[in-house]
Amino acid sequence: MTVTSGQTDGQVGNNVQSGSAATGEEEAVGQLHHLPRRDSVLRMSEVRAAELADGELLDGENSQTMMMNMGPVHPSTHGVLRLMLELDGETVVRSKPVIGYLHTGMEKTGEDLTYLQGPTNVTRMDYASPLFSELAFSLAVEKLIELEIPARATWIRMLMTELNRISSNLLFMATNGMDLGAVSMMIYGWREREEVLRFFQKVTGLRMNHNYIRPGGVAADLPEGWRADVLGLLEMLPPRLEEYDVLMTGQPIWRDRLQGVGVLSPQEALALSTTGPILRSTGIAWDLRRDMPYLAYPEVEFDVLVGTYGDCYDRYAIRLNEIRQSIGIIHQILELMPSGDYRAQDSKVTPPPRARIDESMEALIHHFKIFTEGFKVPEGEVYVAIESPRGELGCYIVSDGGPKPYRMHIRGPSFVNLQTMSHMLAGSSIADAVAIISTVDPILGEVDR
Amino acid sequence: MGDPYLQNEVDIGDVGLAVGKAVVAFTVLLVAVMLMVWFERKVVSRLQNRIGPNVAGPFGLLQTLADGLKLFFKEDIIPTNSDRFVFKLAPYLSLVPAFLTFAVIPVAGDFSGGQVDAATGLPLERPGTVTIFGRETFVQVADVPVGILFFLAMSSLAVYGIMLAGWSSGSKYPLLASVRASAQAISYEAALGLSLAAVLLVSGSLSTIDIVNTQAAGGGFGGFTRWNFIVTGFVPFIVFVIAGTAELNRPPFDLVEAEQEIVGGFHTEYSSIRFAMFFLAEFMNTVTMGALIVTLFFGGPAGPNLGILPGWLWGFVWFFSKLLFFLFMFVWFRATLPRLRYDQLMNLGWKLLIPISLGWLLLLAGIRFARTDELDFADSAIGNTAIVMLVGVAGLMVGGLLLSMAARAARTDRLENEGLVAVPTRVLVEEE
Repeated sequence: MTVTSGQTDGQVGNNVQSGSAATGEEEAVGQLHHLPRRDSVLRMSEVRAAELADGELLDGENSQTMMMNMGPVHPSTHGVLRLMLELDGETVVRSKPVIGYLHTGMEKTGEDLTYLQGPTNVTRMDYASPLFSELAFSLAVEKLIELEIPARATWIRMLMTELNRISSNLLFMATNGMDLGAVSMMIYGWREREEVLRFFQKVTGLRMNHNYIRPGGVAADLPEGWRADVLGLLEMLPPRLEEYDVLMTGQPIWRDRLQGVGVLSPQEALALSTTGPILRSTGIAWDLRRDMPYLAYPEVEFDVLVGTYGDCYDRYAIRLNEIRQSIGIIHQILELMPSGDYRAQDSKVTPPPRARIDESMEALIHHFKIFTEGFKVPEGEVYVAIESPRGELGCYIVSDGGPKPYRMHIRGPSFVNLQTMSHMLAGSSIADAVAIISTVDPILGEVDR
Repeated sequence: MGDPYLQNEVDIGDVGLAVGKAVVAFTVLLVAVMLMVWFERKVVSRLQNRIGPNVAGPFGLLQTLADGLKLFFKEDIIPTNSDRFVFKLAPYLSLVPAFLTFAVIPVAGDFSGGQVDAATGLPLERPGTVTIFGRETFVQVADVPVGILFFLAMSSLAVYGIMLAGWSSGSKYPLLASVRASAQAISYEAALGLSLAAVLLVSGSLSTIDIVNTQAAGGGFGGFTRWNFIVTGFVPFIVFVIAGTAELNRPPFDLVEAEQEIVGGFHTEYSSIRFAMFFLAEFMNTVTMGALIVTLFFGGPAGPNLGILPGWLWGFVWFFSKLLFFLFMFVWFRATLPRLRYDQLMNLGWKLLIPISLGWLLLLAGIRFARTDELDFADSAIGNTAIVMLVGVAGLMVGGLLLSMAARAARTDRLENEGLVAVPTRVLVEEE
């Protein structure tokens, strides 16, 4: 792994470096054809597993292994993930993640909502980083109607999503600490996240499921005093992160629990289509903000953090240090934030201002039509991907020219990253399994959609 | 030896006293456990930026009582798959030893006298006694001659409670917990016993009151240099605290009830008052373990008599202050440390704690032997001691080296057998 660009964040004394991917990727692509741990996936129907659940051994009397269902009701399966585990003692032999317990049909619902209502729907998928889903959806719609949005709207979106990245990674810090038995960490992570959510509430009116980023811009301009609030956050966070370093990063037990656990090679990571911190932990520097830029990311400087070993510790360290990167990005955003309009003044997409409605009948009709009928989007299909805290979050929309998408699909990073689970679990103990689930950091709302 | 009131003919009054002491100790322990639960919850809350229980009673003091009452009135569920008899028996197996252990701990008494018999190192009078109904007695339920062995026996028994609870539940998570419990108990009892042996070596007695007496011999606080954590040279104390925490199944060694891994652990299937009994036993054990650390290494109730209060009450004050410190330490562990993995726990126990305490015990024994002047390497006892120490340390280092070499060879062999390559130790990437 080559190391480029300065200001490497080495203060936590871990193996996270910033770098580019050239060598790792080429090597990896050459070996895509085989996965060393192919037999780690348990191929068994849920019905059969349910039959085996009553304490029977897997293959009759002579078998050494037993079947255990971890979840969907389990303290550390991050919601309602169910893992079918074939155990030899405490060692996981094969496993199979079972999903669908949180299926709400959001993608299908999306076909029945206008483009303006769309963000309300997608924001509920990844509930830990809702602004990202809204952003992906909005960018896709804007690409379909070829709508230019004002610079301020772009920068507000960047500000909000970076803050959201921080809050999401803080949530990871909390749950990861909790899963490994550092129970205080859960409260600490939650405490800091709450501060970020408080800012979100001030801006969007809601703590989560904001529906703030919409096609055409954002729902409202930043409120008065937002700059002081953000600066307050940026001032509060770094010392708290150093506390995390004391409590976890430098903790010998912590390191023992994470280092060398759930190792994924770059080849495996690519073959399993992982993205986000899991891919970067294997040493492949792939970050859509840099490699397929959107919004105004080319104008800000930041490091793409990569790991060396692809283990749980790397994934943890990357997420922790990405908070620091986001803080750096937000500082730049504060400097560069332009003035201007917060949404595109395109009468096709944007409803008229509230004051105009009182004066003009046409404006009232226009407003009514936009919110009931929606705006029509030209025929075509589009895919837009952004870098969410969990990896590549893509939005695919097919339009038939009407006011509602013909098909709306979200490429959820949690869903794709779940594939790695069986491969990392093979040969690990139950305690490791918990650490692995935790560092994959799936949000089940996004997995099941 | 033994409790003074039992030295002569035992009459009905003595029996009454014994029963009375048991009843009082039981009540005090129950109240202490209640307060301990409150203390733990309150301290952990504070460490985690929370408020903790504050509704039931003043400062939430009655929260445990409220919880206990609630649990008492809950439905008692016995799983269909369970072994009903063992399932019902297990909570008692946990609770009874937890209470019994406390019986051997002297909780009060005036140990500030400090007169010592030069020959035996034991005090001339019998300090630490109080007079109740004209009978002179220790402030502890029973001064068992086997004293500290009784504690080891009881703590071994307590594991049966956990093991059988997990096994009899007829469910997989508790079963895993029960396997973990038995392995953990076996490995950590060895380390616990070896660090205890160091204390017994310097005290020359198994009886808890004698162990306190030898430590109190210096009298007052000035005598704290006689306390065992100094006399035995810190190492047994540290080993004892670690092994004790593991024995208690408290964080960071709470694998038996690791909520994030095996849900509720051994008590997953337990509900109502049976669960409450496990809960009670756990906190009772915590209090008892804290009290044992105080007794074995910190002089128990020994401390200066500062007047105003009667002397035996000062003993209680000192005992309680020391105990509180260790209880806080246990809570602090819980709030700070992540949980160890099963194999790491075993590694720590077998590869670190047991060799260290064994080596240290040999060293201590060697030094004591040298002091008896039966050796004549050098002219003086001090010279002998120095030689023994040098030889001992050298021997230990060689032993340690051999052990680590053996461990490395075994690891390499195993990896080769499994067709794997030894993973190089992680090298940290430095800053640019």
